[in-house]
Amino acid sequence: MKRIGVVALNTFREAVRDRVLYNLVFFALVMMAAALLVGQISIGIEEIVIVTLGLSAISIIGLLIAVFIGVGLVSKEIDKRTLYALLAKPLRRWEFLTGKFAGLVLTLTLNTAAMAAGLMLALYCVKHALQRGDTLVLVAVYFILLKLALVVALAMLFSCFTTPLLAILFTAGLYVAGLFVHQMRGLQPQLVSPAMAAALRWISYLLPNFENFDVMGAAAHGRGIPGTLVAHNTLYAALYCAMVLGVATAIFSRRNLR
Amino acid sequence: MAEAVIEIENLTKDYPYGFLQLKKKRSLEGLTMQVQAGEVFGFLGPNGAGKSTTIKLLMRLIFPTAGSARMLGKPISDISMHRNIGYLPEQPYFYDYLTAAEALDYFARFHDFSAVDRRQRVAHMLEKVGLATAGRIQLRKYSKGMLQRVGLAQAILHDPAVVVLDEPMSGLDPVGRREVRDIILELKKQGKTVLFSTHILSDAEMLCDRVGVIVGGRLQGVGAPSEIVGVQAHSMEILFELPAAVERLEALLAAATRTGERYRLQVEESAIYPAIEELRTAGAKILSMTQVKPSLEEYFMHLVAADRAQASAVEVNAK
Repeated sequence: MKRIGVVALNTFREAVRDRVLYNLVFFALVMMAAALLVGQISIGIEEIVIVTLGLSAISIIGLLIAVFIGVGLVSKEIDKRTLYALLAKPLRRWEFLTGKFAGLVLTLTLNTAAMAAGLMLALYCVKHALQRGDTLVLVAVYFILLKLALVVALAMLFSCFTTPLLAILFTAGLYVAGLFVHQMRGLQPQLVSPAMAAALRWISYLLPNFENFDVMGAAAHGRGIPGTLVAHNTLYAALYCAMVLGVATAIFSRRNLR
Repeated sequence: MAEAVIEIENLTKDYPYGFLQLKKKRSLEGLTMQVQAGEVFGFLGPNGAGKSTTIKLLMRLIFPTAGSARMLGKPISDISMHRNIGYLPEQPYFYDYLTAAEALDYFARFHDFSAVDRRQRVAHMLEKVGLATAGRIQLRKYSKGMLQRVGLAQAILHDPAVVVLDEPMSGLDPVGRREVRDIILELKKQGKTVLFSTHILSDAEMLCDRVGVIVGGRLQGVGAPSEIVGVQAHSMEILFELPAAVERLEALLAAATRTGERYRLQVEESAIYPAIEELRTAGAKILSMTQVKPSLEEYFMHLVAADRAQASAVEVNAK
């Protein structure tokens, strides 16, 4: 466990020193511009616009970091051969992978938390007060974070056996497919053959269900988010990440580092 | 007899290649050898001979097609073995956003040292590899030679019993090479076992108790450098000066090499006394006589040439 922590903290340090957190400046600029303009372009729905814009920015920025840095977590170590000296230490390959995953999730957590704080500040500037219902925004942010953890796990999995470019394409493709799992399950029989419908239904259960993590509308409009959904999503993300990392470990443990 | 700390048994490695990865290139073939406790063992071979492949197999960076290996009595798949092993990869590269001190501290953390112990070890290692003043500079500003020193420092930071160095002299200037040689000799004095690969034969001759020569993925010989090239001297070299040109010596002088006023003459052992007599009669001043042994380099070149000839023959037959 300690060795996983050592790798994780170094991964976090790498992200900080490589100025990954500079994206926060971009986010701050977006939120400031939105807060200034929103009053002029929207009447009575400032809060909805701010929340939607803020959560979308958090999600997009987080996704970019999760995919691009997630893919590089393993491939960069192999390309630059920084991994060679490391694996000669008493460190198992699964510990290395888990540490890298944990390090990037830690980076994303701090990054997302900082952006969430910015969003709440922007909300406060527009409304001049924060209410109990605004905590829904934080639940939505938490769901984004769970989604990002899943994306990092997928990016790492693909980077264990293919090139960075293909890993980016596969991760992005799987993310997009994961946004439509409900549609895949509910395809009308007249649109596709029964065999195809059955196949798509099975595939939809294997795909990561990213739709479940999207509660942006509910948060923006102040609709309640059930506690069971929070528990379900947390458990789903944890199990799916564990499964993906398990497969990644199985592949990476057999990989020749030439 | 000393106990074997590295035992390699019939180690073979094939690399798949081609679009479907169905073809296979044999990089190492049936390597069997042992390295004894406390010895400095040089692994010699030209580029692509299989030296790094062997070392990577030992470090579990790649996996064997066949065969097995044990280090310190444990199979190489046992991760606990790595607590007592230091490894310097070929052309090492480390996280360039870290300083040398941070990088060493990072590697030390995998060995469960206390914070105070880590600090002391890092400072000591930086001093030892001559980076004490550069320890707070990010590695991205380091030269290749400086990175090599960091690599060496991380390999011996935890005081391992076995140190495996892949081309440790590569990229170093003469001063750096001398420092690495001194470190290897110091490790030997401390009773450590050192296995290092190199294609710089003079280093191997100077440092190694035994060497293993590998060419084309096959081990060609193992033994002490003097043993492996054969102890029998083939000829003698006579160094002499002549007061003036002497006609009678024309035949001998034609075979000699002149440097300033001095001549070097290499003669077969059977012809040594007649040559001395001839020189004495001509009034030559004999300065020294030395046995000429085949060097490790000659032996090495002979093996490489033989391997190339065999490879060409196989190619011709295939055609």
